[in-house]
Amino acid sequence: MHNATIRSLAAGLAARTYSSVELTQHFINRIKGLDQKYHAFITLNPEASLKQAKAADAMRSAGKEQSLTGIPIAQKDIFCARGWLTTCGSRMLANFTSPYDAHVVEQLNKAGAVILGKTNMDEFAMGSSSETSYYGPVRNPWDVDKVPGGSSGGSAAAVAARLAPGAIGTDTGGSIRQPAALSGICGLKPTYGVVSRYGMIAFASSLDQGGPLARSAEDLALLLNVMAGFDPRDSTSLEREREDYTRELGKPVKGLKIGLPEEFFAKGAAPDVMRAVDAAVGEFRKLGCETVEVSLPNMKLSVPVYYVLAPAEASSNLARYDGVRYGYRAPEYADLLDLYKKSRAQGFGQEVKRRILIGTYVLSHGYYDAYYIQAQRVRRLIARDFAEVFKRCDVIMGPTSPTTAFRIGEKMGDPVQMYLNDIYTIPANLAGLPGLSIPCGFDGKGLPVGLQMIGNYFGEARMLGIAHQFQQATDWHTRTPPGIQ
Amino acid sequence: MALTLEDVKRVAHLARLAIDEAEARAVLSQINDVFKLIGEMQAVDTRGVEPMSHARDVVQRLREDKVTERDQHTLFQEGAPQVENSLYLVPKVIE
Repeated sequence: MHNATIRSLAAGLAARTYSSVELTQHFINRIKGLDQKYHAFITLNPEASLKQAKAADAMRSAGKEQSLTGIPIAQKDIFCARGWLTTCGSRMLANFTSPYDAHVVEQLNKAGAVILGKTNMDEFAMGSSSETSYYGPVRNPWDVDKVPGGSSGGSAAAVAARLAPGAIGTDTGGSIRQPAALSGICGLKPTYGVVSRYGMIAFASSLDQGGPLARSAEDLALLLNVMAGFDPRDSTSLEREREDYTRELGKPVKGLKIGLPEEFFAKGAAPDVMRAVDAAVGEFRKLGCETVEVSLPNMKLSVPVYYVLAPAEASSNLARYDGVRYGYRAPEYADLLDLYKKSRAQGFGQEVKRRILIGTYVLSHGYYDAYYIQAQRVRRLIARDFAEVFKRCDVIMGPTSPTTAFRIGEKMGDPVQMYLNDIYTIPANLAGLPGLSIPCGFDGKGLPVGLQMIGNYFGEARMLGIAHQFQQATDWHTRTPPGIQ
Repeated sequence: MALTLEDVKRVAHLARLAIDEAEARAVLSQINDVFKLIGEMQAVDTRGVEPMSHARDVVQRLREDKVTERDQHTLFQEGAPQVENSLYLVPKVIE
């Protein structure tokens, strides 16, 4: 059962080949047997999962099932789920049991999906390797000495290791797409505002967006159908008609115009990565697509802009952790100020503190215009580049990440090297555009390579259709990490 | 422009983060590496470019001025470090 896609598991449930209780128990057993190798999960709660599975089976018996009813889904530990420990990968929230559900969780619960467990992640989603977690690093199922990418590394590893058929994650600068690429699975970051941020623990609010991780583009569409939707409790949630994201899966790609930005294909990415990406573009040409060379001249400024804006927003969002209302409180302190300072110093890890310091500095008196406002102006230049490019093509393609998975510990001592991992994914977050990553080959060491696709605003259905057509013609997405039966 | 050790300590205080001398020194060089990276965007001519504060240019929604939340303070305070009579306890701040 664990090698099946969500789509075929849904068919199995519909045909009564197995029940949701059996399916959920199967995945719980796999996690219990195998996850000490990967550390993809922070929290399991089999009792709660099986209770939901039982309710899903009852929903089906009553004829009230929907597309995801009875499907167990792993949730990044950044989504608040009522009654579940929700840590965000931090010591700060090590004892935080959420009293409420995130909108996305509420939607999944309503659809009858089962919460399989909460997945490991970089602390407060700050990282590209899932190594900054207070609970220890996640390991890549393709090679356990390598990182799975991050920050949604636990979700990506769980799906890659067949510990979950699908997962949800968040993407602020690439945190869904980059781990999907490094772990050999599919991941989608929707247009900003399509998925509600309510109950999704905030990192950088103008960039954060939730999305699905799965093993096929079709499964991403099924998950997004449930995750997306207007929510008045998120002030940036977009009021739009509900969409069926599976509607273009069958649409041929003949005549599609693919933009290839020179900045994505210039030197920078590893030769093995470029070989796989070039071959994937060749496959699209075979399917009848046209390619056009385009340029995003300001793209190179994305990483610098991001490391002003994201820390600035984070320093403000993370001010709420004060050791008073919830979360960690230092055991000893002299007075109130000392309580704040010690609780935060002990509750946050190194990377989170570094970003709070950078953010506080760029927002402080005398530096605000030079850093924060300047970054916002350059952000607009980057967004304008995309608007120009989309006059000439339907989608953009390029690598998701400049390299395949790197060694655990390799980049932890050098923040800037770590940050440059996200050079190809950050631009879509800055512009608010949808982006996805699908497997498109392997490097010489057998590590997966991801192909990134960036679409115009609300282009998700079209992009998923394009990815699905590629997956009908190729089998990269069906490859299994070594040792996984 | 590079930050000094004093900048780091000042910012740590503003951010309410306890930091000792050794930690401040260690973080200083890493932060300065990041600011070297950030420096790349500072030379860009952005005269006449409107700052982009959000991914989509949307206006804030308004809603009716009515109560939508019910009182759940007991539930919410279950996770608090110290509570008494529904109040959060902190060290004495007024002498």
